Amino acid sequence: MDLSVIFRNFDFMFGGLILTFQLAVISIAGGLLLGIFLALARLSARPWLYYPATLYIHFFRGLPLILVIFWLYFLVPVVTGKAMDEFTAAVVSFIAFEAAYFAEIIRAGIQSISTGQTMAAYAGGLTFFQCARHVILPQALRNMTPALVTQAVVIFQDTSLAYVIGLREFLRRVNLVDAREARSVELYLFAGLIYFLFCSAGAVLSRRLENCLQRDWA
Amino acid sequence: MDLLSYTFDWTVLWRAPYGAMLIQGIFTTIHLSLLAWAIAVLWGMVICICSVSSSRPVRFAGSAYVQIFRNTPFLVQLFFWYFAAPLLLPKPAQAWLYDHVPQYAYWAGVAALGTYTSSRVAEQFRAGLLAIPRDQYRAAYATGLTPFQTYRYVIVPYAFRIIIPPFTTEFLTCFKNSALTMTIGVMEITHTAYYIDSFTWHGLETTTAASLTYLCISGGVVLLMSLIEKRVSIPGMIARGR
Repeated sequence: MDLSVIFRNFDFMFGGLILTFQLAVISIAGGLLLGIFLALARLSARPWLYYPATLYIHFFRGLPLILVIFWLYFLVPVVTGKAMDEFTAAVVSFIAFEAAYFAEIIRAGIQSISTGQTMAAYAGGLTFFQCARHVILPQALRNMTPALVTQAVVIFQDTSLAYVIGLREFLRRVNLVDAREARSVELYLFAGLIYFLFCSAGAVLSRRLENCLQRDWA
Repeated sequence: MDLLSYTFDWTVLWRAPYGAMLIQGIFTTIHLSLLAWAIAVLWGMVICICSVSSSRPVRFAGSAYVQIFRNTPFLVQLFFWYFAAPLLLPKPAQAWLYDHVPQYAYWAGVAALGTYTSSRVAEQFRAGLLAIPRDQYRAAYATGLTPFQTYRYVIVPYAFRIIIPPFTTEFLTCFKNSALTMTIGVMEITHTAYYIDSFTWHGLETTTAASLTYLCISGGVVLLMSLIEKRVSIPGMIARGR
């Protein structure tokens, strides 16, 4: 064991961690937003909204994330004629992919709200979007917060896949340091520890929220 | 700018030598995920038994395992198995490994995917056990069954049916995660699709073929499992929480 390798390259790896966080935050925000629209479309009675959204969700849930990244990587140059930079490519594929997972969580959350609420909102003269915005979503989002936090942790872990298109996020940098220093055991344990700390914090937060919610309902 | 200045050439999917490579890739994906799944189920069962054990240290070990493997990215674990794990072996074993196991990437992939999935499987086993109403145990004990008989004839058949849907999901996750082994050089279908692109510049076609492989197999598994679920369902069984 030679832990000095970690201290010597700490600044370099820390820079990657910042990029990892940027990726995660943008993907979570974008995925959540797109996921809400997809979930609403999937619950819609209109076939032209329901079928495309359902197809989208099943399509992305049936594919590995790494393949979605490649899809974008190959498809975009064909359509636009020039390649996308790695950061944009990673963010777009994460948002497209994670939105499908968010959509299913949100759909379950919305379905947990009784239909009486929707009927009351319509009876009160609200439009579809007003009903969604002011009545259903505030309650549903609260119910599904624990599941959403868990999914956010998953996305944080998934950002390590940006490695494959050469984006220098945390894991890529650990890998680069390893290529130079040849200290795999220390470096990968360190990488695991860093991810573990942040992900456990997320998991604890999710459990806390769940307990809070259960207390509120009781 | 002309849109779609790309000539599709679908023959890349079957003409030699690429057709055979793709088939080989599909098979690698399938047996890698099946092997990893077998490890995950067996090892996951052990972890689950540990985490519901009455002994405190054993229970702690079980839940620590689950936490560690769930809260680190699979890619980090994969790199650990591939790059770091051999270094932990004694020198002669290392030399043997490098000399005699040309497929080390494959086995590292199986080990990483198996252990990672086992932590998720263990949680599903546990949830399945906990979903069984306490009354089932009490009723079984009251009729004079031993603890082993209670598990064998009452609890396990019951839990088995509860865990079919989550296990289907976990298997598919395991199946999709197998794509990540491409990062350590396993020639499964995703890697093959990427690899063929480097000779032919027809990555779009091969990626489509890879995507269809995943979608078809996932669809097939879902269909099969829902048939099995219907087949074995007990009329009137409703799983409630404790």
